[in-house]
Amino acid sequence: MRDVAVIGVGCTEFGEHWGTSFRDLFVKAGALALEDAGVTGEKIDALYVGNMSAGRFVEQEHIGALIADYAGLATNHVPSTRVEAACASGGLAFRQAVIAVASGMEDIVVAAGVEKMTDVGTGASVDMLASAADREWEGFAGATFPGLYAMIANDYMHRYPLTREQLAQVAVKNHENGARNPIAQFQNRITVDTVLNSSLVADPLRLFDCSPITDGAAAVVVVPLDRAREFTDSPVRVLASAQASDTIALHDRRDISTMDATVAAGKRAFAQSGLAHKDIDMVEVHDCFTIAEICAIEDLGFCKKGEAGKLTADGVTALNGDIPVNTSGGLKACGHPVGATGIKQIYEIVSQLRGEAGARQVDAEIGMAHNVGGTGATVVVHILGA
Amino acid sequence: MSVSRFWRKIPQRYNLVGTQCTTCGRYFFPPRSLCPDCRRSGKIVDHKFTGEGTVVTYTVIRSASDQFEHTTPYVLAVVELDEGPRLTTQVACTPEEAKIGMRVKSVFRRVAADGESGTIHYGTKFVPVE
Repeated sequence: MRDVAVIGVGCTEFGEHWGTSFRDLFVKAGALALEDAGVTGEKIDALYVGNMSAGRFVEQEHIGALIADYAGLATNHVPSTRVEAACASGGLAFRQAVIAVASGMEDIVVAAGVEKMTDVGTGASVDMLASAADREWEGFAGATFPGLYAMIANDYMHRYPLTREQLAQVAVKNHENGARNPIAQFQNRITVDTVLNSSLVADPLRLFDCSPITDGAAAVVVVPLDRAREFTDSPVRVLASAQASDTIALHDRRDISTMDATVAAGKRAFAQSGLAHKDIDMVEVHDCFTIAEICAIEDLGFCKKGEAGKLTADGVTALNGDIPVNTSGGLKACGHPVGATGIKQIYEIVSQLRGEAGARQVDAEIGMAHNVGGTGATVVVHILGA
Repeated sequence: MSVSRFWRKIPQRYNLVGTQCTTCGRYFFPPRSLCPDCRRSGKIVDHKFTGEGTVVTYTVIRSASDQFEHTTPYVLAVVELDEGPRLTTQVACTPEEAKIGMRVKSVFRRVAADGESGTIHYGTKFVPVE
């Protein structure tokens, strides 16, 4: 297998883009990434597009072809493939691009993610997101996505000493980081009281425990490492690419509060890279809900089970902490256009490793991305190094 | 949910009929036609559950999809049946009554309806046991 590097990244602002279409969001992110990489369209060998549910959010399928067309690559007949794994679609699209380049099959590959979620109402989007879980046996009973994570939170808080205030600190920290990120959907700072006084969505989770409904797109360009210097002086190496599955339904998990797929993918990523936890300088984890960040930190092995709440409250995961988590603002503050999130995580890590993260810059040479589909049925973990 | 997709599962939804792998003895609800432990060497037969179980975890849904919006707030739980398998279900009790570890039993209830002229979905909910 060949070593792989990221040579360019691009991302739209995340938020409510009522005046911009699904395809225009993608084209903007793709153009930014190609410009950053110094690559022209005719050089692209393949496209992988992460997208969860354009079929329901904008009633458009055949996304691979649509994206290739409006990226101006259809008449080049570039192979373009849509990749779907619910909210892990972006991370998985990146992994497919990495595999394609590592295998020697392709040389210059664009991995992208896009979602346009605000063209439908809240009730409809709640229903669409619930399709990331088991429709026949969870959705049928009235399970919503926040509801499933709320059941994780209640199980966790029943067994471990996590306080409601510590849980709120996750959102406070991520808004603090989002306030320093010009592409973030929410750039406002909040307090623990903001979280605790927001409306209940599914007990014990409140509105400010939840990531928002978001429009956005992100794209990155990957090439073989030995060609990276043709394009850039600051390539970022892909040190590990790992993926794992688990049961689709939360009720079938071995342990409701542990995402075994995160544990498995994390272990594989560490094994592939030969790195240890102390080597990781920053992590982008999948905080679709505050409890998800708590579980992710533990399941990736950055602390023992039951300790992530205290770790967060103590500031260990803050920008100036020992292990900054979600420097971008995470899904909570940066926004969560489901298919784009996994690519935005790569965008954030590359920005940090290149020293281009502005007001949220941390001292980092190695970063990790953790992208979850559903309640943990698919997990993708990448490690990147400067 | 379409009529055919609902109709196909009526035995399971109306009677809490799941399956058992007679090779390893493990019970399944929701039903599985392939044992994840024994895979192709497993032998799967139907099994009707007694319907008694324990709440493993729960939440109170305050914001729901359109189909369930009129029933909020409602208690959603993961229930472990006494035979072992777990399922996601509503528990017909007040938010204040719900707690982890509570004993529950299955009852037959209206679950949802597909719009004004759509199918009414009946199925299993659980109620607290005294």
